[in-house]
Amino acid sequence: MVESLFPNGVSHYLAGGLLIGAGVALIFVLTGAVPGMSTVFSSTWSYVSRRPFFQQPRFVTTRAWRLVLAAGLVLGAFAWWSWFGPPHGVQTNVSWWQLLGGGFLVGFGARMSNGCTSGHGICGLASLQLPSALAVLTFLATAIGVANLVGLLGSN
Amino acid sequence: MKPVSLLAVLAGGTLFGFGLALSTMISPEVVLGFLRLHDFGLMLVLGGAAGATFIAYRFAPLVLHKPMFEAHFGKHASDLNRDTIVGAVIFGAGWGLCGVCPGPAVAGLGAGNWPLLLALVGIAAGAYVHGRFFAAAATAPKHSITRETSSPGQRS
Repeated sequence: MVESLFPNGVSHYLAGGLLIGAGVALIFVLTGAVPGMSTVFSSTWSYVSRRPFFQQPRFVTTRAWRLVLAAGLVLGAFAWWSWFGPPHGVQTNVSWWQLLGGGFLVGFGARMSNGCTSGHGICGLASLQLPSALAVLTFLATAIGVANLVGLLGSN
Repeated sequence: MKPVSLLAVLAGGTLFGFGLALSTMISPEVVLGFLRLHDFGLMLVLGGAAGATFIAYRFAPLVLHKPMFEAHFGKHASDLNRDTIVGAVIFGAGWGLCGVCPGPAVAGLGAGNWPLLLALVGIAAGAYVHGRFFAAAATAPKHSITRETSSPGQRS
C-alpha cells in the first residue's frame, strides 16, 4: 500500500515539508509575517509600475522583506544543491511552452485568488481559513484534471 | 521591517528553500507525477508544512504577546468571493500544465534548474497582467480601499 502510493519513498517528502513549515514558523515567531510566495510577484512590480493596484500599502510596505524571502528560497535550494544535489543541477524536460504558458496562468490565477500553494495551502490551511481550504480543493481538482488531460495528449 | 527581522526572514526562507529542494518539489516532473496520481508525496510535503505552521500559528500568540522583533502577528488575508475561486481554477490549470508553482519557481533557480526561469517569467507576467488589467483597486481587500483611493501615488 505504502509502496504503491509513494513509489519514491516518504522520508524526503516528510522531512522537506517539515523544514518548509519550520521556516514559515520561524518567520512568524520572530517577525509575525505570513509568507505566501505568490505575493512577491505583485509587490515587486510596485518598484517599477505606478499603477494604483501595485502601489497599495499591502504591497509597498512588504515588498522588501518579500524579496528577501525569495532570496532565502534561492539560498536554501543552493545549499541543498551544494551538499546533496546532482552536480549539473536539477533537470526538467517539461516543454518551454508549458513552463511559460502554465507559469502565466499560475501567476495570474494565484494573484486573482490571493494565494497559491504556500499562501492558501500552507499559511491559509494552518490558520484554518475556510476560503483557503476551498481554494486548495479547487486548484487541486483543476490541476489534477489538466495534468491528466495533458498527459493523455502525450506531453510531459 | 527592522534589519534583524529581514535577517530572520532570510533564515526562514533558507529553510523553506532547502525543504522545497529536499522534497524534490523543484522538479516539475515530481509535481506532475502527483497530479497524475502516480506518487502522493506532495500531500506529505503540504501536510508536514501546514502541520508545523499550524503549531506556530496556534501557540506562538498564546506564549508571546508579540513576535520577537516586530509589533504584531500577521494573518493570511483570506476573503471568500468570486475571485478566490475563479483565480484558484486558473491557478490550477496553469499548475497542471507546467507543474510549477511560485515557491519552486523561485527556489529551483538555486539548484540550477534553469528552465524554471521560463516559468518565473510567466508568473511575473501573469501577476502583472492581473494587476494592470483585471484588478481595479476597488476589488482589493477591504482594508486597503480607503487608503488606496486617497493615495498620492495614484496615477495611471
